[in-house]
Amino acid sequence: MLLDVFSITAISAGAFFFFAGTVGLLRFPDSLTRLHALTKADNLGLGLVALGLLPRADSALSALKLIVIWALVLLSGASTAQLIGRALRRSRK
Amino acid sequence: MTPLVLAGLVGASLVGLGLYGLILHPHPLRKLLAFNLIGNGVFLVFGIVARRGAAAGFRFDPVPQAMVITGIVVAFAASALAVAIILRLSAESGRVTLDPEAWTKPNGGDAK
Amino acid sequence: MSILPYVDIGLALLVVGIASTTVAARDLFAAVVGYVAYGLLLAFVWIRLYAPDVALTEAAVGSGVTGVLLITAGKRLGALKNAVPDAQPALAFKLLAGALAALVAGALGAAILLLPDPPPSLAPEAAAAADGAGAGLGNPITAVLMSYRSVDTMLEKLVLILAVVGVWSVGSDKAWGSAPAELRQPKATAPMVFLAQTLAPVGVLIAIHIFWTGANAPGGAFQGGALLAAMWMVIMMAQLAKLPRIDAQWLRMALVSGPAVFLIFGLAGELTAGSFFAYPHSLAKPIILFIEAFMVLSIAAALPMLVAGPPSERPDQ
Repeated sequence: MLLDVFSITAISAGAFFFFAGTVGLLRFPDSLTRLHALTKADNLGLGLVALGLLPRADSALSALKLIVIWALVLLSGASTAQLIGRALRRSRK
Repeated sequence: MTPLVLAGLVGASLVGLGLYGLILHPHPLRKLLAFNLIGNGVFLVFGIVARRGAAAGFRFDPVPQAMVITGIVVAFAASALAVAIILRLSAESGRVTLDPEAWTKPNGGDAK
Repeated sequence: MSILPYVDIGLALLVVGIASTTVAARDLFAAVVGYVAYGLLLAFVWIRLYAPDVALTEAAVGSGVTGVLLITAGKRLGALKNAVPDAQPALAFKLLAGALAALVAGALGAAILLLPDPPPSLAPEAAAAADGAGAGLGNPITAVLMSYRSVDTMLEKLVLILAVVGVWSVGSDKAWGSAPAELRQPKATAPMVFLAQTLAPVGVLIAIHIFWTGANAPGGAFQGGALLAAMWMVIMMAQLAKLPRIDAQWLRMALVSGPAVFLIFGLAGELTAGSFFAYPHSLAKPIILFIEAFMVLSIAAALPMLVAGPPSERPDQ
């Protein structure tokens, strides 16, 4: 029961961060600021969702897989954001 | 409305959308995108046939799903070939179009 | 009081909506980005249809590698200096095309609503094949792909190789034998190098796991091969490895090894198990995994070559 409440709060918080990131994507004036909003909010949102799903995992191995998924998304998201930011900075000079 | 009927209607509308884009867009790569949409719609129809064919203890019929997996890979191969031909055609004729008139009015590209 | 029907309806609306933006987008880049996002959502729809293997393939090949292909193509087309696009068609033509598309979609939708009941199914025969020649495989799709419809799968590998040969043939005669054009600018950027050095080893491990576990769980040779291909492309984009020359022996051996091993075992089945493409019952699972390993190699070699394109002349040649 307590685990269910924990899952629901964590996943709702994650969904809220995704929502915040999307609002930033739509409302920020500039490509660079939008990129900032997206990467920060989405990585945190995914982390909270993964945290919320941990108690519901079937086994320790599935829980580990969830964390590995979050780490991989973090890695590729951060590198992609760097590359996009680089391209944006080059195109505006 | 069961999820199967919903997915089937999504597949049908994807075929319609893809057909519209295929006919309309003059840019060859947009046509290729629309063609891929048609293919995905057809795969979805295959998918609901697979789900409906649940029998013999499985939750789905594996044969249409295997065909869809094969189809996705072959569709990618066909798209890659189409892209190569489009790029070469555009490089030779100097215009990004599938219009056969492009060859009668060359625009700077000469045969390599 | 289940929320799933609303999730399904929301997913369906989202998929159709993003597909519409793909068709109606202003420029090519927006359309391709929309297509990649749409492909990932389509993977969700496949999960709802109880097809995890198809979802994996759609996310990896249908949306991922196709997206790379189209973005590379758009970049190369944008680099053509004399490219002049055509004019937009007239309104009457648009209405006519819209009517035709609506007609086709409506006919297909009607056919779906009128599907026969009880539904016909090949599942019993596939189950018989899974117990027979594909003995010991827990994943019925792998059993269907590798033993019930093994000729189809082998022919599909051949189609991949034919596509590679076709793409290579499109290049100019003088460039035959050299390597395809670069996937990115020649100067390596630090984030890309970091990504390649960190992601590629993990990706290769995950790809081999997906291939190996495809015998008993969702996964398989195509998904693992596509992931391996993606890792090789990431490494090449980071300039940590060069695009190979198309007359390189190792590349050609890797490409043909998949269908060649498949064909050898198929012909050997004539001698050992009584008919073309039959496997001896006790050795079925090891043979299938052995063939699939070479299929993974073949797919991992073919997909990046298809994205890289035809060979191009180097300035220093």
